[in-house]
Amino acid sequence: MTSNINDDIGESNRLKLWEMMLKLRLTEKKAYDLFLQNLIKGTSHLALGQEAIGASFGVLLEKGDYTFCTYRGHNHTLARGSSIEGVLGELMGRQCGLMSGKGGSMHLTDIDKGVMGSYAIIGAHIPIANGTALAAQYNKTKAVTVCFFGDGTTNIGAFHEALNMAQIWKLPIVFVCENNLYMEYTAIADVTAVEHPAADRASAYGMEKIIVDGNDADAMFRVAQKAINMARDGDGPSLIEAKTYRHSGHSRADPGKYRPDEEVKEWVENRDPIKTYRQRLKDFNVDENTINLIEEDMIKQVEAATEIAKASPIPTIDAIYTDVWADGGSEWHN
Amino acid sequence: MAQLTYRESVSLAIAQSMRKDPKVFFMGEDVGAAGGVFKATVGLLDEFGPERVKDCPISEQAILGAAMGAAMTGLKPIAEIMFADFLAVCWDIIANQIAKTRYMSDGQINIPLVIRTANGGGSKFGAQHSQSLENWSMAIPGLKVVAPSSPIDVLGLMASSVQDPDPVIFYEHKSLYAMKEEVENTDIIIPLGQANIMHEGSDIVLIGLGLMAQRAKKAAVILKEQFNVSASVLDLRTLVPLDLQSIKREVLKCGHVITVEENPRLCGWGAEISSLITEYCFDQLKGPVTRITTPHIPLPSADILEDNTIPSVDLIVETTLTKLEIKKEK
Repeated sequence: MTSNINDDIGESNRLKLWEMMLKLRLTEKKAYDLFLQNLIKGTSHLALGQEAIGASFGVLLEKGDYTFCTYRGHNHTLARGSSIEGVLGELMGRQCGLMSGKGGSMHLTDIDKGVMGSYAIIGAHIPIANGTALAAQYNKTKAVTVCFFGDGTTNIGAFHEALNMAQIWKLPIVFVCENNLYMEYTAIADVTAVEHPAADRASAYGMEKIIVDGNDADAMFRVAQKAINMARDGDGPSLIEAKTYRHSGHSRADPGKYRPDEEVKEWVENRDPIKTYRQRLKDFNVDENTINLIEEDMIKQVEAATEIAKASPIPTIDAIYTDVWADGGSEWHN
Repeated sequence: MAQLTYRESVSLAIAQSMRKDPKVFFMGEDVGAAGGVFKATVGLLDEFGPERVKDCPISEQAILGAAMGAAMTGLKPIAEIMFADFLAVCWDIIANQIAKTRYMSDGQINIPLVIRTANGGGSKFGAQHSQSLENWSMAIPGLKVVAPSSPIDVLGLMASSVQDPDPVIFYEHKSLYAMKEEVENTDIIIPLGQANIMHEGSDIVLIGLGLMAQRAKKAAVILKEQFNVSASVLDLRTLVPLDLQSIKREVLKCGHVITVEENPRLCGWGAEISSLITEYCFDQLKGPVTRITTPHIPLPSADILEDNTIPSVDLIVETTLTKLEIKKEK
């Protein structure tokens, strides 16, 4: 059986999107399980339900491109090709973690993959993302920077400073607002002057108003591709508002009870990006065996990575005193 | 041999770093076409062009964010925050992001940048344009803290700061911009973490920084000439890294210690120095460490109020005489 896909995205990219979304979903579900087993301490901010956004950029971006994300950044980190054991290991505080346990869930960083950090102060990373874009412009490389953030970020000052600067300097950057309708525990609509928290601000910075269904991987892919191309071609920044929904609460501590049951049900049952994408692949006559094999393989990969992370040693105490400074140490006097 | 002002040495120091290293660029508000509100960056735009000397909007978070991101890729930005007081509006980028990212990332990233800013009082600008804020950055692990007290130190410490692989906050003193000095060789390097003995002495050591180091030096001259008191003046130059060995050596030699700080009293850097001296040099002390500071108040504006708030040469002389139980004649 052959698929009947004959369009700009094509079967190969769709299978990559499928695989990537599964990597993100299954890893975060595993993280939740590990919480329940008390193998992950501290807090964690899952992005279950928001996978299509990070996945589409992950498939499209090239080596040498830069990404910045927030404390809800497991997905965006994994989407750049960071290892599952590196992410789970960091959450578990193991040596195999991306930062050997020094950063934790909210600060995933993997420079070799272009993951320039996950930032836990709302809005802080948006100006910083401009910096790698500025460096690409300065060094005349073709690198593109993508900066992911939530709807709540659009109400903090750093967002507005950074968008203005990106536009006046025509920086090669894509700003991606994942509007999951809630800033922490409060509906974004209740605390924002405009209906679309990012898109309605775009015109203030000379950018196009772009709203996309962030749970439709194909729609995301197309919008992402256009914005990445624009940045790479030197045509300046863009701001994308992707409508989405997080299946769970804000963080580990939050059951998300402030959201109407019907609303949650609608997004989880009818608008889940992975469920709907499976159906779309079937509708395109993609071989079901292929679809299932990718899923089975990803389940195995996540299980294997989990075992690696569990077996990885905890950090040694001396790590406390390393890497404050570039000389590797933490001394402040002679 | 040329006479160079502190403000001229700022632009020269930046220019020398930019000539040597194409990775160095400079950004800030009014720094290019206008040459800086203190005229400390005149000529840089003409020499290096708008690609490397970037005039920025009034967006301190965006300025330091961009500097940080660029530094993460290996560039070496020098970013100006016009008045040190404005560090408060971008403190998240400094304290949470620039200072901590290397550690949190397990050493994956270096952040080689310099944030230079006009610090301190003396200009009658009032409480939001006159503060002495080096203590703020000293309290954050991951930041190096530099405060030059002379044109030569500006040259030497800027050269080191720009090439340092870690983030440096470079506190220039507004009241020193007009200071002139003979400079034999402008192409010098003063390593971070080396205090400077500005005046030799053996009865007491006056430990200062920035403008206060210059005032302590003037006080030491008066003490010698009028009271035959031999005061050593130690200019710390950098608070982080701190030259503890030089402090210990001077305490061992003198036995009496006064720190001279421009900042308000509580948690000033002198408190840390005093604590270190108590911990490491207790047996060499001939009395308690005395701290001269600005009172714990916001800075007032009027001449007579500001002049009586920031430690003066007279106050340093008086405090030294009192401490040494020397009676003033006349």
